[in-house]
Amino acid sequence: MGYTIAFCLWQSRSRFHTENMALEVKNIHCSRGHRQLFTGLNFSLNSGEVLLVEGKNGSGKSTLLKIVSGLRRPDSGDVLWNKQSLSSIFSEYTQQLVWLSHRNGINDSLTAKENIQVSISLSKSTDVNIKKVLEKIGLNAYANTPVRQFSAGMKRRLALSRLLTQKAQLWVLDEPQGALDKAGIKLLESLVEEHVANDGMVIMSSHHDVQFENITINTLQLYTHDK
Amino acid sequence: MSIGIDHMTTFHSLYLLISREFLIAFRHRHEALNPLLFFVLVCLLFPLGIGPSPQLLNTIAPGIIWAAALLAILMSLGNVFRAEYEDGTLELMVLANQPLVVLTLIKLLAHWLLNVFPLILLSPIIASALGMDFDVQITLISSLLLGTPVLLLVGATVATLTLVIPQNGMLLALLVLPLYVPVLIFGSSAVSATAIGMSAAGPLYVLAALCILSLTLSPFAIVAAIKTGVSQ
Repeated sequence: MGYTIAFCLWQSRSRFHTENMALEVKNIHCSRGHRQLFTGLNFSLNSGEVLLVEGKNGSGKSTLLKIVSGLRRPDSGDVLWNKQSLSSIFSEYTQQLVWLSHRNGINDSLTAKENIQVSISLSKSTDVNIKKVLEKIGLNAYANTPVRQFSAGMKRRLALSRLLTQKAQLWVLDEPQGALDKAGIKLLESLVEEHVANDGMVIMSSHHDVQFENITINTLQLYTHDK
Repeated sequence: MSIGIDHMTTFHSLYLLISREFLIAFRHRHEALNPLLFFVLVCLLFPLGIGPSPQLLNTIAPGIIWAAALLAILMSLGNVFRAEYEDGTLELMVLANQPLVVLTLIKLLAHWLLNVFPLILLSPIIASALGMDFDVQITLISSLLLGTPVLLLVGATVATLTLVIPQNGMLLALLVLPLYVPVLIFGSSAVSATAIGMSAAGPLYVLAALCILSLTLSPFAIVAAIKTGVSQ
């Protein structure tokens, strides 16, 4: 039976920070069934940095992002937030996290406005002006339209609203450009640039070319070798 | 739902999340009607099939109503957390700044109120149609109020454990039905005991104990199952 070994290459195109380190992934291993996805993976991310996770389908990008978000535990190793293990500070960590997976996390039966309201309730965010959020993501005209009538790209835009409603330092984005049109991708890029300019941190996976102005991007390449 | 939110308390957030459940249920009201219709049809078809003898109906009516309620709840179990799992809301619930066990209880409470409570409201009418006396109907309602939360909590635990399996209906039924047997036995025996003039206290106490036990343990088991499900 064939199995896969994955390993990673840490390519940094930005200066290395040792101060104010916020997120650190230490020697994590992960496998799915008999497939080893990655082993001995280490990296860190500081305020004002973007980490782009690249790799072929099945290389473990989404699994890695789930581990970083705390939704999945690594087989071994640890993820540290401000030098503390996620398992010991999970509730504090989730307050600093926005998670956007390939599933949008929106309910088709609710309107755009109602979905944003639910997102706000879950995150207990305060001082959020839903109208402004809808304007920013370009869905103001569809505030009271049931999401089931939205196109895939509009649903993705609505999912992006979580980046605006939650005041979190770390954004973990799994294929955020999925189904977005050019204007949507521009919107995403501007949101990321603004977040990073405000000392936020972003980890994202992508199959698309990512272009951010005035931001250095660290790239984590997951290689898959079938034996 | 309000647009501007300046100061949102935890209770306000939880109120909005309960509202969400009712809003979604209202927009999918046909889904809540299916178990109700099933319950009524099963209960009313039995007398047509076996004959209208009052003595026979009195004997089997508790079992019919309880079995129909059990199967109606089983029908609705597939909806618990399924939509949330598929659209990604479950991941957001795990990462929410609200306790997951509270979010789970909100979801289960809404499911019970929308899918199960209507059955209990209808049960006196069904019971009358099957010739049950008033005191027997009171016992029936009491047993259903105590027993149906157990059916929902136990069923939801298994349903959440099998979330990652697509088309899990048959597996869910096979896993859940053996766990439902004690509730069915004690529920229908409480009603039967009242029907023959005996005290129903014993079976009702057992149902109450099962209710407290499942209310205490199931939410935590469901939380663990949700976390396992979203990690896949």
